[in-house]
Amino acid sequence: MEIYISEFSKYVIPLLITLYTLECFAVFRHDDEKKRNGIYTRQCILLFAFHLSCFMVICFETGDMTYLFFYAFQQIALYAFMVLYRMLYPASNRLLVNNICMLLSISFTILTRLDPAKALKQFIISAASLAAALAIPFFIHKFKFLKNLRWIYALVGIGALGIVMILGQTTYGSKLSYSIAGVTFQPSEFVKILFVLFVASALYQAAGFFEVFTTAVVAAAHVVALVISRDLGSALIFFVVYVLMVFVASRNFLYVLAGAAGGSAAAFVAYRVFTHVQVRVQAWKDPWSVIDAEGFQITQSLFAISSGGWFGLGLYKGTPRSIPFVETDFVFSAIAEELGIIFAVGLILICVSSFMMFMKIASALEDRFYQLTAFGLGVTYIFQVFLTIGGGTKFIPLTGVTLPLVSYGGSSILTTLVMFAVTEGLFIIRQEEEELLRKAERKKRKRKVKTGRPAEGENFSAVRQRKYMEDLVGDEVEDQE
Amino acid sequence: MKTRNKKRNKEIAGVMWFFILLFFSLSGYITYYAATHRQELINNSYNGRQQMLIAQNTRGKILSSEGEVLAQTVEDDQGKEIRQYPYRNLFSHVVGYATNGRMGVEAQANYYLINSNAPLSQKASLDLKEEKYPGDDVYTTLNVALQQVADRALGVYQGAILVTEPSTGRILAMVSKPDFDPEQIPQIWEELIEDKDSSILLNRVTQGLYPPGSTFKIITSLEYIRENPDTYQNYSYNCSGALTRGTDRIQCYHGTVHGSVGFERSFAKSCNTSYANIGLSLDKKAFSDTLDELLFNQKLPVEFNSGISRIDVNEEMTDQDMMQVSIGQGTTSITPLLLNMITCAIANDGKLMKPYVVEEIKNSAGSSIKTFAPSAYGELMKQQEAQILKDLMKDVVEEGTASRLKGLSYTAAGKTGSAEYGTIKGESHAWFTGFAPAEEPQVCVTIIIEGAGAGGDYAVPIAKRIFDAYFEEGTP
Repeated sequence: MEIYISEFSKYVIPLLITLYTLECFAVFRHDDEKKRNGIYTRQCILLFAFHLSCFMVICFETGDMTYLFFYAFQQIALYAFMVLYRMLYPASNRLLVNNICMLLSISFTILTRLDPAKALKQFIISAASLAAALAIPFFIHKFKFLKNLRWIYALVGIGALGIVMILGQTTYGSKLSYSIAGVTFQPSEFVKILFVLFVASALYQAAGFFEVFTTAVVAAAHVVALVISRDLGSALIFFVVYVLMVFVASRNFLYVLAGAAGGSAAAFVAYRVFTHVQVRVQAWKDPWSVIDAEGFQITQSLFAISSGGWFGLGLYKGTPRSIPFVETDFVFSAIAEELGIIFAVGLILICVSSFMMFMKIASALEDRFYQLTAFGLGVTYIFQVFLTIGGGTKFIPLTGVTLPLVSYGGSSILTTLVMFAVTEGLFIIRQEEEELLRKAERKKRKRKVKTGRPAEGENFSAVRQRKYMEDLVGDEVEDQE
Repeated sequence: MKTRNKKRNKEIAGVMWFFILLFFSLSGYITYYAATHRQELINNSYNGRQQMLIAQNTRGKILSSEGEVLAQTVEDDQGKEIRQYPYRNLFSHVVGYATNGRMGVEAQANYYLINSNAPLSQKASLDLKEEKYPGDDVYTTLNVALQQVADRALGVYQGAILVTEPSTGRILAMVSKPDFDPEQIPQIWEELIEDKDSSILLNRVTQGLYPPGSTFKIITSLEYIRENPDTYQNYSYNCSGALTRGTDRIQCYHGTVHGSVGFERSFAKSCNTSYANIGLSLDKKAFSDTLDELLFNQKLPVEFNSGISRIDVNEEMTDQDMMQVSIGQGTTSITPLLLNMITCAIANDGKLMKPYVVEEIKNSAGSSIKTFAPSAYGELMKQQEAQILKDLMKDVVEEGTASRLKGLSYTAAGKTGSAEYGTIKGESHAWFTGFAPAEEPQVCVTIIIEGAGAGGDYAVPIAKRIFDAYFEEGTP
């Protein structure tokens, strides 16, 4: 009986995720969120079907039906999150909400299989974080002063990283976390958001050489603190996010070239100075020659990825636990082994579709501060995905960062959910911008009919805003043609 | 709105597309890596999944092309699994062993043997009985009758025999002696490992490195034809039994004086002095390129372990070295496998088929899981060149050193060799490499007998017994 169920689910699960992933990209065919409703509803059905199939397999494979209760709690939490989000924010972007739920259900599934105790912890942290994420768009919307806090972001960020650097306990060669009242925090996760806010607030008005230079000093302070703490993955994320945000703010490609040159030089120096960098590069170039030492993790990860095949070995049929730190740094390899390559690629594409939505939202935002924030958060997210998946598959050297929303780790889950929620808040602001413009346009047209000349000084007083509004109105007319 | 936004935010769009491309290549890489490295990685001893599969499935059988069992796993009285080899020593190197490490087909096809594609219903019923699933069976190209003939023909000598089909690359028989009983490996292991001089475990066919001796004249001839495509037939040389350059002296075998010889006769009679003379005329750069094309100094395109044949031809070589190389002496070494591959290419109009021994994987119910079709490596030489070499090798049978193959129910072609080794003059390995029928080759044989003497006297009769068996039994 079990064998039939596990064989059946082996093909059903990749099918469900493939359909879900296709819907993720179908979203981008429509510009209007309302036209996407059908897609979102289908995604919800696929998501819950997937989640249920996975837990059915878990129950049958372990012979322990109590996992169904665990499943029920997860299902309620995710469903409540979806429903409440729509109720509180009718203008929210549902693709991001669906993807959050999909990634969390993948996380619950694979963590339950790997380590039920950790899965339970993950679930509790996720539920709390989801609740927090419900409130964030409201604050983003209300707190118009966020763009004025640049030095606070910088001070808090550098301060937090500095404390870790000096006091933090050493975890596996990297000083990453400290404990407050028994709860371990990994500040580099939260500081990512502060850093994006800092760069956005420092550059949104002007991105000339002076602004770029002063922010570069602050960015360098973050990166150096992380490098000294041996958190190379985070250091790299901060660096790349900074360079790309400067590029978008300044619209000058030379900054990317300068960043690439500076980054290469810094990487070279780091390679020469730090032995643990050399070790990682060696383990990347030829892990097989150091298979019982530095190359052990990555080779075990490669064994896992290669053994699954297209459809995976099935949950509980592989041995992903042979990879050290599988729940945090190598969760992707465990997924590839037991759920298969098709599933793993689907997972990558879900992350990519979330990122594309971040970029769409950033593009559409008129306010430069909000635009830079959405862009920075999107890049932070996707670059981290790239580092962890690329590192675990020997595409790039291993840096030891988590897969957002899927890996085990409270700080990571909370940070990523805050990032998504902030972006949701920005999306809602954008929707309102548009709504306002539409109203203004209608009035303008009425005026045009009445007086035969354009309206003046209606809703917006600033000349600049007035101008772009006209641009947008003009464009919308173009679109209708 | 679209056009304007694009203009306004081409930086954001650029970054977005950059990451999309990055992830596209990452996904492609992962897919490719997982698809191509599965077997290789599962065979790695650090990979725990192997132990998991071994615990879950009973190791599959290895069978001959006609379905005779060459290796199987059975349970003894105590329910303990033992690996049986019904033919004992006969297939020791080619089938190999699976305890104390792995070798031969047992190593090469390990992935299939430990995986099970048994039908779902069978798996379900075995689950109920709490029994292991049967692993997949590996069908080889090996022919038991030919293997037996080759094994008996080599007798007590040390050496190697390889029998292949030139048109497909199928390996019909592979004998390496001294051999061992794969079932006894756990018992004799200590002894084998402690005795450093023992080469019992070495598969001499694929990994034995021998001086090629006169069989190398095939290659020297090929190079001479390439350099003199229109005039090679006009070659003539007066053999006085020896050729001296400086301190080095090349002698014909047993000091025979061949007198005036042309190109064909030099080859048929295996005249060393004439070939040393040819060698001195060759362009060293072009010769070195030809040797690369013939797969010297590189890993062979085969799915099993094989040795690398070594030869050194460079622009700075002295005449003495060049004379030695041309007659297959000096520092040159070759595996019987490579010599067989070159012979097969000649028999197959210059085109080399990759030799292979694993032909098909079937599940326990006999359904095919995977078949390995013959695959071409490419051209080792042009068709015209192959034809000329074929004719030369026919003459070796008709009027040369392999005349024991003359006047039979089939025609044959080949080249003998007597490769001197060590420091004692006169001690030599007996070589023969050739094929039959000469016109439409179906089977190719390469033989080396260590320390036996002249190839024409010792290796050719063995080739005859193998050809006889092959044609009597019909096409296996």
